[in-house]
Amino acid sequence: MSTLTRERRAQIRARERQPWAGEYRRYDLVKEFLAALGVITLLTVVLAVVFGSPDKHAISLAEWARNAPNDFVTTAVAELDGSSGTATYGAPYVNDPTAGQKLGPLPLQRFGGVREPVDTAQDFVLGPLSTVTGDPALRSALAQYQGASDDQRKAWTGAYADALGKAPDSDPAKVATGDYGPVPLLAGRLLDLARSGGLDGQLLSSGGFYQTDYAKPLLFIADGTYLEDQARAEHLGGDQWGMMNETGRYPGQAWLWLYPFWYQIPPFSTSDNADALVWALMMVLSLALVLLPFIPGLRSIPRATRVYRLIWREHYRTNR
Amino acid sequence: MSTTDDRMWTARLRNRATRALPPEQLMPDRQPAYVASWIYVFGVATLAALLIVLVSGAALALEGPQWYHGSPEGRFVNSLHLWSVELFFFTMVIHLWGKFFMAAWRGRRAMTWVTGAVAFLGSIGTAFTGYLVQSNFDSQWIAGQAKDGLNSVGLGAWFNVLNYGQMLLYHVVLFPLVLGFLVIWHVLLVRRRGVVPPFEDAPATAAEPAPAPEEVAS
Repeated sequence: MSTLTRERRAQIRARERQPWAGEYRRYDLVKEFLAALGVITLLTVVLAVVFGSPDKHAISLAEWARNAPNDFVTTAVAELDGSSGTATYGAPYVNDPTAGQKLGPLPLQRFGGVREPVDTAQDFVLGPLSTVTGDPALRSALAQYQGASDDQRKAWTGAYADALGKAPDSDPAKVATGDYGPVPLLAGRLLDLARSGGLDGQLLSSGGFYQTDYAKPLLFIADGTYLEDQARAEHLGGDQWGMMNETGRYPGQAWLWLYPFWYQIPPFSTSDNADALVWALMMVLSLALVLLPFIPGLRSIPRATRVYRLIWREHYRTNR
Repeated sequence: MSTTDDRMWTARLRNRATRALPPEQLMPDRQPAYVASWIYVFGVATLAALLIVLVSGAALALEGPQWYHGSPEGRFVNSLHLWSVELFFFTMVIHLWGKFFMAAWRGRRAMTWVTGAVAFLGSIGTAFTGYLVQSNFDSQWIAGQAKDGLNSVGLGAWFNVLNYGQMLLYHVVLFPLVLGFLVIWHVLLVRRRGVVPPFEDAPATAAEPAPAPEEVAS
């Protein structure tokens, strides 16, 4: 509720627009800047010397295959089966009208289109294996798989995926016998290729000499559990406020705190459209921050809280 | 100077610039007496931290990723870049809160607030791309997580966080250019409009007057 008359408000606005009519004092801006630069430089150097910076090396497909072969094989079979996270992701990787997040009735995820098309079976498994030479068994397995009907392939990959899930530690060596066709051999050879380091280059390559797009290797690694296990050990998981954290005991992007905050509470924490909801909310809040001077109520908080009395306490003391 | 000279585009631009911001207003040696609080230091400290961010970032760009991952000197400069960014945000957030509690948008200063707030959001985006191009485990994980947010609203097709080359160019060229423009604009507006005066000691229930329409265009 306002206690100011319209005339009084106009007077206040007019006064605030005018150059200050009261007392002035000497103020050396250049000296202030150089002093601030000196202090901030000193603080930066001290912090860099004392704490350094985190640099946990990136995980390669080779490292994943060597350290977690069971997870690698399980993921490779899911890519072949078309049931992995990437294979069912929707835009911008896969053309699936039923997939993707929505904001209410708006399928925002689909609006961008499929700009980075990924065929997980071909790009992650069959394509790389087809480049291997001097392996008649692999050649025969590829021919058998590619010559089979879609239903047959699905039956083989589905059965093998189920069997892997039931095997102790998802160990391919402990899988019960069954009709899996050439799938176990294909998955095993892909594991060998990855262990040798060959798959890292295969997934990065897109025909040209220079490569900078890591979408395929990153998507493949992210479909497994190894990357997430490593991240959770570094308190980077989604339910650990991961986006704002850093590896080790470093502050990370603390300024992002509000973004991961929403993921910790309902309805965002339980929604299938959590990312779209959080993004929409953050856009609204960001707009509110930018346009705060024009939002009634919010723009009156500073006057109501009177924190300004603390900031300008010298002024109010001398002008009492 | 003749009237013909005054009509030259160059002369018009110079005259307009000096009218809007005369040298003594651009670099004043006097400030209103109420500019007497530690909170004012955080604006200039933010600029100082930004300068260190730019210089350390330029050093990283000069030598490249192999250097800052693989040599002690490179890792040290990488640490300088990290901690200057942390200090940049620390000082900027305090500056932002300080300006909020001063209601620093009063008196035709709304655009000063708007440019500052957009620069703050732009800084978040710039720092975020920096985390994406560390080319280490953290950048791998952040890219994998962030893609879901961007893809969910259809932006991932253009802002592809899995594309290292695109993110590197965003981080070292595109975003710093935009941010630099916003920061310069913001500082020039501060100089042009001056530092917001204290509230008249009004009752706590008084609603804040709305900024006049011309403040948006200032």
